[in-house]
Amino acid sequence: MGEFKVHRVRFFNYVPSGIRCVAYNNQSNRLAVSRTDGTVEIYNLSANYFQEKFFPGHESRATEALCWANGQRLFSAGLNGEIIEYDLQALNIKYAMDAFGGPIWSMAASPNGSQLLVGCEDGSVKLFQITPDKIQFERNFDRQKSRILSLSWHPAGTHIAAGSIDYISVFDVKSGSAIHKMLVDRQYMGVSKRKCIIWGVAFLSDGTVISVDSAGKVQFWDSATGTLVKNHLIANADVQSIAISDQEDSFVVGTAEGTVFHFQLVSVTSNSSEKQWVRTKPFQHHTHDVRAVAHSPIALISGGTDTHLVIRPLMEKVEVKNYDAALRKITFPHRRLVSCAKKKQLLLFQFAHHLELWRLGSTVATGKNGDTLPLSKNADHLLHLKTKGPENIICSCISPCGSWIAYSTASRFFLYRLNYEHDNINLQRVSKMPAFLRSALQILFSEDSTKLFVASNQGSLHVIRLLEGSFKHLHTFQPQSGTVESMCLLAVSPDGNWLAASGTSAGVHVYNVKQLKLHCTVPAYNFPVTALAIAPNTNNLVIAHSDQQVFEYSIPDKQYTQWSRTIQKQGFHHLWLQRDTPITHISFHPKRPVHILLHDAYMFCIIDKSLPLPNDKTLLYNPLPPTNESDIIRRRTAHAFKISKKYKPLLFMDLLDERTLVAVERPLDDIIAQLPPPIKKKKFGT
Amino acid sequence: MAALEEGFTLTAVPLGSGPDGPLGVEQSDKTDQFLVTDSGRTVILYKVSDQKPLGSWSVKQGQIITCPAVCNFQTGEYIVVHDNKVLRIWNNEDVNLDKVFKATLSAEVYRIHSIQGTEPLVLFKEGAIRGLEALLAEPQQKIETVISDEEVIKWTKFFMVFRHPVLIFITEKHGNYFAYVQKFNSRILSKYTLLLGQEEKSAAQSFSASVYRKFISLMSLSSDGCVYETLIPIHPGDPEKNQRVVRSLLLKSVVSGSARSGVALTILDQDHVAVLGPPLSASKECLSIWNTKFQTLQASKELPQGTSGQLWYHGENLFMLHGKFLTVIPYKCEVSSLAGALGKLKHSQDPDIHAMTHFVNWETSQGYGLGSQNSEQSKRILRRRKIEASVQPEVPPSTQLLAAVQKDSEKHIEVELRKFLAVKRTPDFHTIIGDVVIGLLGRCKAEPSFYPRNCLMQLIQTRVLSYSLCPGLMEFALEKTDVQILQLCLQQFPDIPESVTCACLKIFLSIGDDSLQETDINMESVSDYTAIIQDGEIEEQTEILQNGFNPEEDNCENCAQELTEKPQAAAEESTSCPVTGKRAALLNAILHSAYSETFLLPHLKDIPAQHITLFLQYLYFLYLKCSENATMTLPGIHPPTLNQIMDWICLLLDANFTVVVMLPEAKRLLLSLYKFVKSQISICSELNKIEVSFRELQKLNQEKTNRELYSIEVLELF
Repeated sequence: MGEFKVHRVRFFNYVPSGIRCVAYNNQSNRLAVSRTDGTVEIYNLSANYFQEKFFPGHESRATEALCWANGQRLFSAGLNGEIIEYDLQALNIKYAMDAFGGPIWSMAASPNGSQLLVGCEDGSVKLFQITPDKIQFERNFDRQKSRILSLSWHPAGTHIAAGSIDYISVFDVKSGSAIHKMLVDRQYMGVSKRKCIIWGVAFLSDGTVISVDSAGKVQFWDSATGTLVKNHLIANADVQSIAISDQEDSFVVGTAEGTVFHFQLVSVTSNSSEKQWVRTKPFQHHTHDVRAVAHSPIALISGGTDTHLVIRPLMEKVEVKNYDAALRKITFPHRRLVSCAKKKQLLLFQFAHHLELWRLGSTVATGKNGDTLPLSKNADHLLHLKTKGPENIICSCISPCGSWIAYSTASRFFLYRLNYEHDNINLQRVSKMPAFLRSALQILFSEDSTKLFVASNQGSLHVIRLLEGSFKHLHTFQPQSGTVESMCLLAVSPDGNWLAASGTSAGVHVYNVKQLKLHCTVPAYNFPVTALAIAPNTNNLVIAHSDQQVFEYSIPDKQYTQWSRTIQKQGFHHLWLQRDTPITHISFHPKRPVHILLHDAYMFCIIDKSLPLPNDKTLLYNPLPPTNESDIIRRRTAHAFKISKKYKPLLFMDLLDERTLVAVERPLDDIIAQLPPPIKKKKFGT
Repeated sequence: MAALEEGFTLTAVPLGSGPDGPLGVEQSDKTDQFLVTDSGRTVILYKVSDQKPLGSWSVKQGQIITCPAVCNFQTGEYIVVHDNKVLRIWNNEDVNLDKVFKATLSAEVYRIHSIQGTEPLVLFKEGAIRGLEALLAEPQQKIETVISDEEVIKWTKFFMVFRHPVLIFITEKHGNYFAYVQKFNSRILSKYTLLLGQEEKSAAQSFSASVYRKFISLMSLSSDGCVYETLIPIHPGDPEKNQRVVRSLLLKSVVSGSARSGVALTILDQDHVAVLGPPLSASKECLSIWNTKFQTLQASKELPQGTSGQLWYHGENLFMLHGKFLTVIPYKCEVSSLAGALGKLKHSQDPDIHAMTHFVNWETSQGYGLGSQNSEQSKRILRRRKIEASVQPEVPPSTQLLAAVQKDSEKHIEVELRKFLAVKRTPDFHTIIGDVVIGLLGRCKAEPSFYPRNCLMQLIQTRVLSYSLCPGLMEFALEKTDVQILQLCLQQFPDIPESVTCACLKIFLSIGDDSLQETDINMESVSDYTAIIQDGEIEEQTEILQNGFNPEEDNCENCAQELTEKPQAAAEESTSCPVTGKRAALLNAILHSAYSETFLLPHLKDIPAQHITLFLQYLYFLYLKCSENATMTLPGIHPPTLNQIMDWICLLLDANFTVVVMLPEAKRLLLSLYKFVKSQISICSELNKIEVSFRELQKLNQEKTNRELYSIEVLELF
């Protein structure tokens, strides 16, 4: 394959925000995750845990509660006092509604999905009716003394439990009055704490209320009598979250020490019908507070301040060894945060509220495999571009020539012109953006930097011609009639003739940019697309899916290529299919169109289409150079997939030219170093 | 607490028995199924939980059943006697009693007794006793007369005492009562005269008996309404002599003295008896449960429609006639405590009882228990099924082994076992091994002389056994004080209950050194550290201890003084092993075993104080040995780890602190331990301080690597 000079970049100072809430939807097997910066992400658990959608965050919109209601409608509520519904098709916020109760701490949808309950700072519990296109305030329950931090419905919908500070209230839904007030012991390891905060409650159908609190207790209450039935002291710190399975035979709690405990309802003795709750398994996958947990039928899901989303399958529920049987730790977003201007060797990093532009260094030295070369010029931080307003950046892009930067927030689109004069950079905002360019889900420049492609959230694609300092709207590809699905991924051919766009579920559309019409649609596949690219010369569209399949589709011929058919017939290597992060970027060797470069978070691979494909018996990943082996053996073992796992976690990788690669790494230690310190546990003398 | 649950009626149709009530209720070979014999012509098999009959058999008109039907547990057949002399044997498939096996005997039968684990016995009215097999071999054999004229058998019972069947029967003659005890291992019949004491007038009306250690505790309900207890020794002093036993008052006035009939007594367990009859105050009849230890009435149930004065107790169910219906009242006795009675105990159920008793029973889940039973079937059955048996295919080696276990000699079993172990292991290997062990244990219990030690050792060393797979093995070894087997078990079994671990510990600590000398114990965990010290090479180890622990350091004024008085003795004590090598090896096995603190602590309290001190001394010695080297480990293969040693020291002190603190000989030990803990605390606090500084260093180190934020490297892909 040959030697490469690799620019190993570790100065992308990206820190994901902590996870605040998770909500699992059983109907669609999707998981909604909200982060402390207000971002909401949707993971499709059926599609290899792919993060298929996201809603950008907002500085003033701290989400405290997240829930699915009425099938697949997603609501969130936060400390700004608003209830927000998300539009999962258009990927924007449908509406925000003030609950007029001060900051909202908790929210729960009724078991039948028709009502929504929020718990507010002023101690009120408010009931909303969910109408087909909005929500409508119905009434208040009896006001409590202090804020309502947690809520849970009885599965029959007749009662609710509300956790507050120092007590739990049980309300009758019909009358709206509190029928029981269960006081929680403030004592903590014999010391009286100031307050005991009920972080979570769960109401079981037999009337049992399970509460978790800041004194480290998991308590079982009888809601009929308002008495404490059982007490488990499980942590020296807060127990912050609880989630119960649909069958009510197991539940999971998360603590501030980063431990997740699994409780199960097990028979007291073998073959007896009497059952009791037993703490069965502790898991320590987190270093910081576990702020949120969820319980899917086959897995325990947890997330917290350490920003990891952990999916721990319950091995007794997993029947076959597949994606579901492996522990998942999702740390990085499944989309690209880095773009690269190849000619000028510039990297644009996207953060929540700013962009950074860096110029790569250079060297004149040469070396052999594994050498670190002395730098003749170090990397430069050229630009720090702060956004205006409280909204997070959705997407950003730098043009291949390096003279344009575009980015978008939820309500505004920004385009900048860059002029380089020696070491100085002149930044000029292109004003008077047209009204239709308000928000973009994906931005892409053509290879010659003369065209800008913008995917807006109504499903339309805008084509804009860029001139020196100004622009001209060329065309808008309207979505197919009847679909409102937004396009999230774009790819343009190097010759500028073809534009490929993909949404979250439907197939990939290919447009002819010259003739400004839809050329063809690649047949839809079961799994969402994770990355797209069009090869130079051949105009083959390479598509990676979340189930780790890679297809190659010839745009001129409107059919899959022979190579793609061959690999589908033979099947990918089992180790290739067992990788657990999606391919987030595809690029090509500028001189050799048979080489495809793809990468996920833990490896990158150059596929040489001219070599034979590996079968399950061959060694897929061979890091060692062949030594003392005859040419015959070497030729026999050589296969198309050249894999390197040297750089990880890998956020971005691209070919700058024939012999130069750029790899953007983000070591986990650097992220951990920027998190608040975890609860200190004594190592000695415990 | 003993409790009577809601009763239910077993028969919807009243028994055609009239006022006499049924002849008897007997267990069948399946749990929950009982044979009810009415005093007329019918035997019915009931499934109690379903409250329905499974089968019913009647003798011909004109014949009358004279003895309740019983089940032969060895064959699963039922046996009944009609017209005093005619014996009938049938099984579930038979429909008509006329067509089943019949044997006419030469003398009148009083009762047939059958219990699990032995062949049925026939008691004749003249007091002679025969085994069923022997009787069937020659039905017309002459039956001798044992009891005198006018002496009438009133009551009889059959037990297993230490795996030997024992039959007791009570006779009456002119108001005097006699007890006969027949032991079958020695064929001795002992006769006792029951002395009634002062209450000469009262006649015994109902009897019940249970075995309590070396005595049969015979309880009788007298016509004065009191319960008396008579202890009859199982091993009589002189069988020839007529012996006398005195009865003592156990419970006063449990039933009305005026009640002429309808009183009955049954022993439920060691402390509880059930009494049927009218209590003093009410005229209605009552079923009451009495606790004999505390003399308290535990539960009572009124039976307004009257009873027949018969009471049977089988498998947690009390059977009685209520009015005209046979009624079943389930009875439950849970472990009670004073704290429970006073309401101080939250959970009446002791968690460790559950943990211990409910292990998975591999026998029932797999069908392998069947094989051993089949081989035990009586010859008559084999005769009857000879044709079927010959058609059966060749038996696998496992069944051969199981069959060998039941009857062959120790040598032969060993050979069979070796053969079995040599072949390839099947998936059910461990269950077969478990069955073999259970079979061996069963045989050991039946034959006291049989103890296949080598076989057992070999089986344990297959490494597939666990405690739950052969529950009786360790108890048996404990009984035999076979420390070698116990050591092996401790090393191999992953799931030994804490109570058994503790029982092993007790034996290991108490067994005499001379008896240890003879045993062959695996010493690999002990290595050489005990030996060196026994050679007398006493070194001054105390000064080079790790962790900065130095007992000479003067930080505790009073205690240090005492220590410095005898510095030489102290040094000697701390460096010489307090136990012999063999005992140390056994104790190490205990240290290695898994346990749960909460379940172990209560058992540790039962160990005598001097043994606790000895064990503590040994643990302390091990700790000192550990501290001698930098890695804090002991030499040798698989030695106890420092954590295990520390945990056990803590456990022992937790369990027995109040005892140990009072012992003068333990004082020095406690002082050393106190000092040691103190030094540990100071070490930990130092370590915590160091940890913080290390973290700072780590941070600095990280910053250094962070500086390499950008590099250009060369990579070659192959």
